[in-house]
Amino acid sequence: MWEYTKTVKDHFLNPRNVGIIEDADGVGEVGSLACGDALTLYFKLDDHKRIKAVKFQTFGCASAIASSSALTEMIKGLTLEEAEKITNDDIAQFLGGLPKQKMHCSVMGRDALEKAISNYRGEAEKKVEGEIVCECFGVTDIEIERAVRENNLTSIEDVTNFVKAGGGCESCHDKIQQIIDETLGREPKAKKKGARLTNIQKIKLIEETLDREIKPALKKDGGNIELVDVDGNHVLVKLQGTCAACSAAEITLKHYVESKLRELVAPELLVEEVQS
Amino acid sequence: MDNNATTQVAPEVLEEMLPYFSEFYGNPSSMHTFGGMVEQKIVEARERLARLLSASPEEIIFTSCGTESDNTAIRAAILSNPDKKHIVTSRVEHPAVKNLFEYLAKNGYRVTFVPVDRKGLLDLDYLYKNLSEDTAVVSLMWANNESGVIFPIEEIGTVLKEKGIVFHTDAVQAVGKIPIDLKHVNVDMLSLSGHKLHGPKGIGALYVRKGTKFSPFLIGGHQEKGRRGGTENAASIIGLGKASELAVRNISSENIRVKKLRDKLETEILNRIPNAMINGDREDRLPNTTSIAFEFVEGESILLMMDEYGICASSGSACTSGSLEPSHVLRAMGVPFTAAHGSVRFSLSIYNTEEEVDFIIEKLPPIIERLRELSPFWKKAL
Repeated sequence: MWEYTKTVKDHFLNPRNVGIIEDADGVGEVGSLACGDALTLYFKLDDHKRIKAVKFQTFGCASAIASSSALTEMIKGLTLEEAEKITNDDIAQFLGGLPKQKMHCSVMGRDALEKAISNYRGEAEKKVEGEIVCECFGVTDIEIERAVRENNLTSIEDVTNFVKAGGGCESCHDKIQQIIDETLGREPKAKKKGARLTNIQKIKLIEETLDREIKPALKKDGGNIELVDVDGNHVLVKLQGTCAACSAAEITLKHYVESKLRELVAPELLVEEVQS
Repeated sequence: MDNNATTQVAPEVLEEMLPYFSEFYGNPSSMHTFGGMVEQKIVEARERLARLLSASPEEIIFTSCGTESDNTAIRAAILSNPDKKHIVTSRVEHPAVKNLFEYLAKNGYRVTFVPVDRKGLLDLDYLYKNLSEDTAVVSLMWANNESGVIFPIEEIGTVLKEKGIVFHTDAVQAVGKIPIDLKHVNVDMLSLSGHKLHGPKGIGALYVRKGTKFSPFLIGGHQEKGRRGGTENAASIIGLGKASELAVRNISSENIRVKKLRDKLETEILNRIPNAMINGDREDRLPNTTSIAFEFVEGESILLMMDEYGICASSGSACTSGSLEPSHVLRAMGVPFTAAHGSVRFSLSIYNTEEEVDFIIEKLPPIIERLRELSPFWKKAL
């Protein structure tokens, strides 16, 4: 169960300003049914260009409804210039905090407000800026970069919590990491060790490792080793010379060859000896 | 109304367990009478559970939970068939099986995930077509935890027996709810969990048919005939034994009275709430479970509003789990996103009353109506 604050519960169970404004000055729509949450925000200005009335409709979880309700209370009576300054963090703070996994609800509020303001100003619907990084939730690199910058996000998990990117098929995780690194001015991390190898890469790497690390050591004792086949994670080898007749051959295989290959190629490898 | 998550420990079960926490704390492995008394109660518990499944007591191994049973069974099957590198399961399994298969897929196994149709029924042609000499194990749930849909385990068991393929079933949701007769159903291994049938949490069991090749998951002492090391969780085993005895007695009422309550709940909800539908086949289904999709509203909101009235249920929506996508079961069934996000599961037990069902029938329609008024999609859809 989520730990929601009293304020979140209150705004969820008694949401303020629910509804639509037929002759609204600005309307902002974000989200979709497929995404699991969506918000439509309406506002109307008075003669002094202050927000006189504001209404919303939200499809989503308790924190999405509460964030929307909070936002409407926060912007009432403000000028658009003042309202524009509200960040997703302000919305979360107004609610006494949100669970981390629910921060995207506050971001949705901020986005709807921005859209409603540009709608009023007659700015053409902002084209999707940047390039879509997360196909599952349609999130662009610019949106991710902004979330990282404004909220000091440091991990992919954070980014998913705030803008949903990376929360679906996860195929964009490398790209998200790159954006985080660039935004925070960090050196990109060295490629993750143990990233999965293709079969050909694996076989090549096994051969290289045998030649460089293992054969010289065995040759010192008058033995040698030959790679016969690689079947999945099973590495089939033939021992030659002194090794073949040596009663310690099995120990050599298990303890030396296998541990070297596991260390330098892939941790799941199994070495088996093939009799000639 | 959330009994597929867990059930109330039956008062009779608790009563039977209590002395084994205090007075009779002996180790069942000991040579003295004090430990032997506990051993005898464990023997009795094993017999009681065996009776529920129409199995022999020697075929029962006690474990710590359903997940351990699943892991033990699947790993035992692949270790006994080291040359076979293909394993089969369905797309709608519990994480205890699903995540293990995904792990094995990353570790050299070829995995077939058999799809289900819109009603949650298994694609048997697809299953049979994909079996081969290389198949080490087929693991399929007996009944689904979210939709309640029952797979034709008996029919599949017959086919797999002919082909000589090891068959494991995760029957955690089925045991105690529908009759299970392992004399007539060809499964080699079956997992179950105590707390789903009014027993305590932290106890499970694995049925291993006589003659099935087996290797232990927990390697240690001689307990469970060397098939599962570790001192027995005596009180809980005794509790599971008692729960099994009660289940034998209650299974017909589960199928008649509980089913009637479930049917009333489901029918009345569908009558009173527009744009609602049942996820899953209505015939081949557990008698206690209903998964209902309410379009244009979100599951977590429904649950929390029901929670205000003390009504407990669960949801396949994304927001309840902390993930961003709705449950893999509903997605595998092809439930549209409009409905998957607003899906709620009610799962009853013998302890639910008609008054409770009536209370939900009264409270739920205004909740859905209220959330739909809040939803920007509702009016547009009309």
